[in-house]
Amino acid sequence: MIVLPGEFIEERKGRKLGKGVYEENGKVFAKVLGLPRVTDTEVSVIPLSGAYLPNVGDRVIGVVSTVEIAGWFVDINSPYLAFLPLGEAVEEFVDTSRVDLSRYFDTGDVIFCRISKVTKSKDVQVSMRDMVSRKLYGGVLIKVTPYKVPRIIGKGGSMIQMIKQKTKCEIYVGQNGVIWIRGENKGKAIEAILTIERESHTSGLTERIERMLST
Amino acid sequence: MKKDVKLLVNGKRIDGRTPEQLRPIEMKVDTISRADGSAEVRFGNTVALASVYGPRTLHPKFLQEQESGIIRVRYNMVPFSVDERKSPGPDRRSMELSKVMRLALEPAIFLEDFPKATVDVFVDILQADGSTRVTGINAASLALVCAGVPMRDLVAACSVGKIEGTLIVDLNGIEDNNSESDMAVAMMPGREEITLLQMDGELDKQEVMKLLSFARENCRKIYELQKQTIKEKYKSE
Repeated sequence: MIVLPGEFIEERKGRKLGKGVYEENGKVFAKVLGLPRVTDTEVSVIPLSGAYLPNVGDRVIGVVSTVEIAGWFVDINSPYLAFLPLGEAVEEFVDTSRVDLSRYFDTGDVIFCRISKVTKSKDVQVSMRDMVSRKLYGGVLIKVTPYKVPRIIGKGGSMIQMIKQKTKCEIYVGQNGVIWIRGENKGKAIEAILTIERESHTSGLTERIERMLST
Repeated sequence: MKKDVKLLVNGKRIDGRTPEQLRPIEMKVDTISRADGSAEVRFGNTVALASVYGPRTLHPKFLQEQESGIIRVRYNMVPFSVDERKSPGPDRRSMELSKVMRLALEPAIFLEDFPKATVDVFVDILQADGSTRVTGINAASLALVCAGVPMRDLVAACSVGKIEGTLIVDLNGIEDNNSESDMAVAMMPGREEITLLQMDGELDKQEVMKLLSFARENCRKIYELQKQTIKEKYKSE
């Protein structure tokens, strides 16, 4: 079952409005093309396509686009550039009048970070102040539709774990649809991921990918 | 391009249609793989190809709105779309139509969802045989849905008019050039809201009301076709 923009989904009845829906006179309509989800507490639509719009807490992969005086602008595969302030990236004290920030991150560097702030006018800030965030050296980047990322990761990370095991690659998946891969067999891993993106709607996908990688 | 031809013979139009009949309609979506969303719509011999990019960063920066996004539409007729070669590039007519189409699509889009960004819509008329603007709007609305742009409803459009004293639906090229009056209507059929209403020529009040009801009825038919086209495409998902 899919819904198109403007299609009636359900009466609201005090439920929370999730992503991809709007309300009019107590009725909930779809805003985007996608799959409707109705629970006792929330009505939402999971989109099938669309650009990545940043949400606080998302783990994303970004490419540094410019080096500023006190931070960096990062391309996060979205309509908005994200800002990475110096303090959110480097632990030690840095005297910005003496040090060129490109010694930490330079244009073109790939980083794995977390979205820490999104204002109403979509000024986005990212942070690297946690254990998982890091700079990614080497490897290749591929882009997929952001809304298919959950399928690539699989239930509890089952799909991505399997690909990692079978191909012996290091893989990082950003919720913005950017995927970083490094390793001998990266060609195989890329093939698998693009297959998942293409056939994300079919069932029995994990088994098929497993067979594909085993040969 | 006035021609001395009989546009109506025994209640049949020049292409054999009855006055209230649409031309055969064909719709395809996702025809351009590099675009975020695209669609091709044919109304008889009129072919429109629409592609949508975005929401994406808007440059130059002074066009950015802090509170909402913007939509930009470009309507373009390719040189081989008409009998006599059309010189390429924007002209008065296509600039006006670009604006008109933008105004027809704008009310359907949740622009406030992507402040400072833009959605770009490019509509190319590959073959022109009357009613190009409404064909373009239909294609653009399909392409916007496929691109995942948040919308209130689909926009469906159709043209109505009057030839030799008879009210007709969906004018073709010859009828368009020789009509007494023609009207382009775009609406969001699910909400019964009209987003575009243009008229050329002379009509009295009764005729206008009659034509509007024709337009509403046919926009509904086109709307159903649009929905069907997209559902067909994404059926298994």
